[in-house]
Amino acid sequence: MNETKYMNPYLAGFFLGLILLATIFITGRGLGASGAVKSAVVAAVETVAPAHTNNTKFYTEYTEEHPGNPLKNWLVFEVIGVVIGAFVSGLISNRLKFTMEKSPKIMNGTRIAGAAIGGLLFGFGAQLGRGCTSGAALSGMAVLSFGGIITMLAIFGGAYAFAYFFRKLWI
Amino acid sequence: MGPLVPEIIGNELNFVAALFIGIAFGFILEQAGFSTSKKLVGLFYGYDFTVLRVFFTAGVTAMIGVVALNHFGLIDISLVYVNPTFLWSALVGGLIMGIGFVVGGYCPGTSVCAAAIGKIDAMIFIAGSFIGVLIFAEGYPLFEGLYKAANWGSVKIFDVMGVSQSLFAFLLIAFAVGAFWAVTLIENKVNGKPNPELNAKPLYAGLTAIAMVIGLSAFIMPDRKESIIKKSSDSEIAASRKVEFITSDELAFRLMDNDKDLQIFDLRDQKSFDAMPLPRSIRVTKESLFEKDANKLLLLKNTRNVFIADDEQTAAKGALIAEQLGFKGLLVLKGGLNQFKKDMFEVPKSIEGQDRQEIDTHRFRTQASIALPLLIKEFKQKQAGSGVKKAKNRVLGGC
Repeated sequence: MNETKYMNPYLAGFFLGLILLATIFITGRGLGASGAVKSAVVAAVETVAPAHTNNTKFYTEYTEEHPGNPLKNWLVFEVIGVVIGAFVSGLISNRLKFTMEKSPKIMNGTRIAGAAIGGLLFGFGAQLGRGCTSGAALSGMAVLSFGGIITMLAIFGGAYAFAYFFRKLWI
Repeated sequence: MGPLVPEIIGNELNFVAALFIGIAFGFILEQAGFSTSKKLVGLFYGYDFTVLRVFFTAGVTAMIGVVALNHFGLIDISLVYVNPTFLWSALVGGLIMGIGFVVGGYCPGTSVCAAAIGKIDAMIFIAGSFIGVLIFAEGYPLFEGLYKAANWGSVKIFDVMGVSQSLFAFLLIAFAVGAFWAVTLIENKVNGKPNPELNAKPLYAGLTAIAMVIGLSAFIMPDRKESIIKKSSDSEIAASRKVEFITSDELAFRLMDNDKDLQIFDLRDQKSFDAMPLPRSIRVTKESLFEKDANKLLLLKNTRNVFIADDEQTAAKGALIAEQLGFKGLLVLKGGLNQFKKDMFEVPKSIEGQDRQEIDTHRFRTQASIALPLLIKEFKQKQAGSGVKKAKNRVLGGC
């Protein structure tokens, strides 16, 4: 059986917009993703080195803002949902498969290094920029936040500015 | 009404909501094709603009929806999280994320989505993002200066640009539609053939049109809040409404009696309010009468809601707004606080009249002139103790 085609992008965007709108209506906040990574990192460091989290500024500031268990966080639950939702979607559209996606012109190792470094940069940048494409750019656009929209412009501007140098990775 | 959290939906149930919202979010992202890095980076090389189409459609849909909900009074926008603006960290952080995007092929949300259907590169991307966050956390003192520089607060883009919200929304929609058209041309040129999937089906076109009409009606119809405030300032309309008054004597009596049903809405500015806050009062503005804190009090049944201000007219405007919002039991302080102060705090030592009622009033006012300042002082201390400015019940946002 072949995998099903993707949804019409405008229809998908419309649904995504409705989900975001419902989220804002229900919770008073938008969607997110990188915040869950942050919670997981804080939780991990707390478990491995509790003394360290008590005297390091980043963690103490985090605990001040989010008291309680860092994993008992809205975005953590949301991201668990994303895993389930994407899995179900992959299942019904026949796209579940362990695979490494890359341009045929590059080696597996290159793709692994690219993914790791890209992830690292994105994780770091999302902390500095207070949110990623979901939390800052998309949710920021919905509430017309200046900060969210300039973050969005910077993400896409940065990607376009550097796309040329990394074109071998993709085309 | 909205946001439903934390009053209607409790914090525990909110986590359940988070899970379901996440499921819907993940499902749509995957269906849209955000689980493949090739499709995601396509927009940077011109061969696939799916991301831009989905992203802009979603952003515009949600934006129109938020404006419409606010317009029809269905959501208290002052409680919705607006990402704060820290200019430099947003620009530098965004730029770093942009590089991460073209190098790694994903963003955090889409990497989770792709990992869920078995993409190994996405799993590595997630591992990388953990390390990125860890580096930021451990090196935080180094980045803190940049992270916290140029804090503009939760500003909205149309305020920064100095245009109205409607105009900006219109420009954004026009920009999105223009971009959809332009990228299709680029895509066709790069790929050398038109994309067959993009032929608009009548059903979708129809749905879009209906959604646009509903959403855009908010921009055309006058804003409910604005029109109510305007009406309340119109002297003719104000005169035609029957406003019920409360005299300064009755108000003083109820204050001294510690009447549990009394609620005072004070329309003075913060400074005058802080100088002499009446017991059982909260400070409101014309705008804040539309918000949750004031509405919660006004919704209580069998209460006497007294509107006060220095002068009677201003107090009556507040009552008029509350009346149009559908609240009952509204009273306006006759003569305003100016009269109240004169009656209660400038009581003559003795009066000459023989009228029984006048003598009674005088006796009462003499008592009040001693009792009220004590009550006010007590209330002031209580407020200072509870940290006067009650933090709004705003949810913590952020990614």
